[in-house]
Amino acid sequence: MSNATPGPILEARDLVKKFGDFVAVKGVSFAIERGESFGFLGPNGAGKTSTMRMISAVSKPTSGSLSILGLNPLTDGPEIRGRLGVVPQEDTLELELSVRLNLEMFGRYFDIPRQVLRERANELLEFTQLAERANDKVDDLSGGMKRRLTIARALMNQPELLILDEPTTGLDPQARHLLWERLYRLKREGVTLIITTHYMDEAEQLCDRLVVMDHGSIVAEGPPRDLIAQHSTREVVELRFDVESHDDVDLPLSNFAQRVEVLPDRILLYVDEGDNTLRELHTAGIVPASALVRRSSLEDVFLRLTGRTLVD
Amino acid sequence: MSLSPTVKAGAPAWLRSWHYHATYYAQTWRGSLASNILFPIFFLASLGVGVGHLVTAHTGVVQGQTYLHFIAPSILATTTMQLGEGESLWPVLAAVKWIRSYHAAAATPLEPEDILFGKLSWVVTRAFVTGIIYTIVIGSFGALESWWSLTLPFIGALIALAFSAPLVAFAARSQSDAPFSVIYRFAFVPMFLFSATFYPISAYPDYLRPLVQLVPLYHGVALARAAAYGNASIGPVLCHVAVLAVMAALGIAWGRRTMRRRLVD
Repeated sequence: MSNATPGPILEARDLVKKFGDFVAVKGVSFAIERGESFGFLGPNGAGKTSTMRMISAVSKPTSGSLSILGLNPLTDGPEIRGRLGVVPQEDTLELELSVRLNLEMFGRYFDIPRQVLRERANELLEFTQLAERANDKVDDLSGGMKRRLTIARALMNQPELLILDEPTTGLDPQARHLLWERLYRLKREGVTLIITTHYMDEAEQLCDRLVVMDHGSIVAEGPPRDLIAQHSTREVVELRFDVESHDDVDLPLSNFAQRVEVLPDRILLYVDEGDNTLRELHTAGIVPASALVRRSSLEDVFLRLTGRTLVD
Repeated sequence: MSLSPTVKAGAPAWLRSWHYHATYYAQTWRGSLASNILFPIFFLASLGVGVGHLVTAHTGVVQGQTYLHFIAPSILATTTMQLGEGESLWPVLAAVKWIRSYHAAAATPLEPEDILFGKLSWVVTRAFVTGIIYTIVIGSFGALESWWSLTLPFIGALIALAFSAPLVAFAARSQSDAPFSVIYRFAFVPMFLFSATFYPISAYPDYLRPLVQLVPLYHGVALARAAAYGNASIGPVLCHVAVLAVMAALGIAWGRRTMRRRLVD
């Protein structure tokens, strides 16, 4: 897409957002390159949505500096928003109106002429596989279809930067994969993507690079693989014992792993070779009710960095 | 996706918001248009002609008018007030809280003021069209006596704006619709009944009259009557216009604050 300016497409320095006494975002800094797919991973309440609203040039930062598309959101808000696409957490669609009309009415906000609106709506209905539902009421669509329509709507102005806040929350696995696939295609076409999510698999799948947020601060930054390599072991052994609380398990598990995390419903052993560890446990006479070996994920990175799980 | 050339239609931002409301209404107008035409006919037929018979038999004319002619302008005034109210409370709360369509609009080049002005200009448009329809219906009952009647649609638009602007501002800062039915029951229904709508203000005892004159709708009703008969003096007319214009102006100023706070802070 055109209007390429040199330097990052978005740059934030010491960004702070306060609501009265509550500090939602506590001085975050990051830079996003053109064509990149950048993620904000963190639990609910980490400050992701407040950050999103600031980088959408909607809400004003309390302090810090922010440059979007080389412009200043404090003075060039309308121009910036004209070149962004925003997929909010809630779909905010007009349920009583048709799928097509939802696109065309929204496109009007960008001052797009009627003729062009019609063409773009057709293209985007094809792209999001909603062409057959074009004349149906939005109310009759499934959750996944509504989500795709919200994405189509955000693309009506052919944005250079697409910002998605929790794009697949509440969708079933099939709908999620279809949506991810569409987002890959946009990325291949050169659209810069910014995604917030509290699903680690989504972050791993979609993001070239991400920051992990917690309590309004960035606690780690990098490509998903690097973060995992840096903050976790290669594999994880999940053990469940037949007990009320796993805090009560009194076994010398730390002898078998580089690190042990005790969660209410399971115990995690951080190791390099999970199968070897399982054998060693058996030999030592430790027999859990169930055991599972898996690769380390961003969930483990988050647990390591914050001592808490992403999804409660 | 092929890239279409970037062309602008050249519409100011508030007009794009107006267009959104107009397009929405174009999908759902049928029911409201029917009631727009039938409501005044029913009202004038039942109250104006029906009750009018009794009034004529008992008291003759009211302020020099037949009862039908007396209440016809007030029906235009009360209807545009109700239109301003109906467009403003629940639909605005839905747009900022339930459906969040104003939040979606705030993510586009539109500023909160554009969204507000688009909404209010749409209310004014609807009230103006309603005013034209009512003027024609009232005229067909023979209740218009002056060329000043041609200003009735503008008066209807002013009344709707005077009520809509503060209510939009209030709804934009609301977290629930609980206060709305209180406003409706304890402000709008009494205003509808007691603003010298169905009888002249002289029916009130002296000490109550200044109180009635504080009620905003009273000024709308009086203004509509002045236009229909064309016999009012300039002083009171300017006073009525000023009351409604000040309400609108204060409502707009308040709305700019509440919309901005709700949508972008």
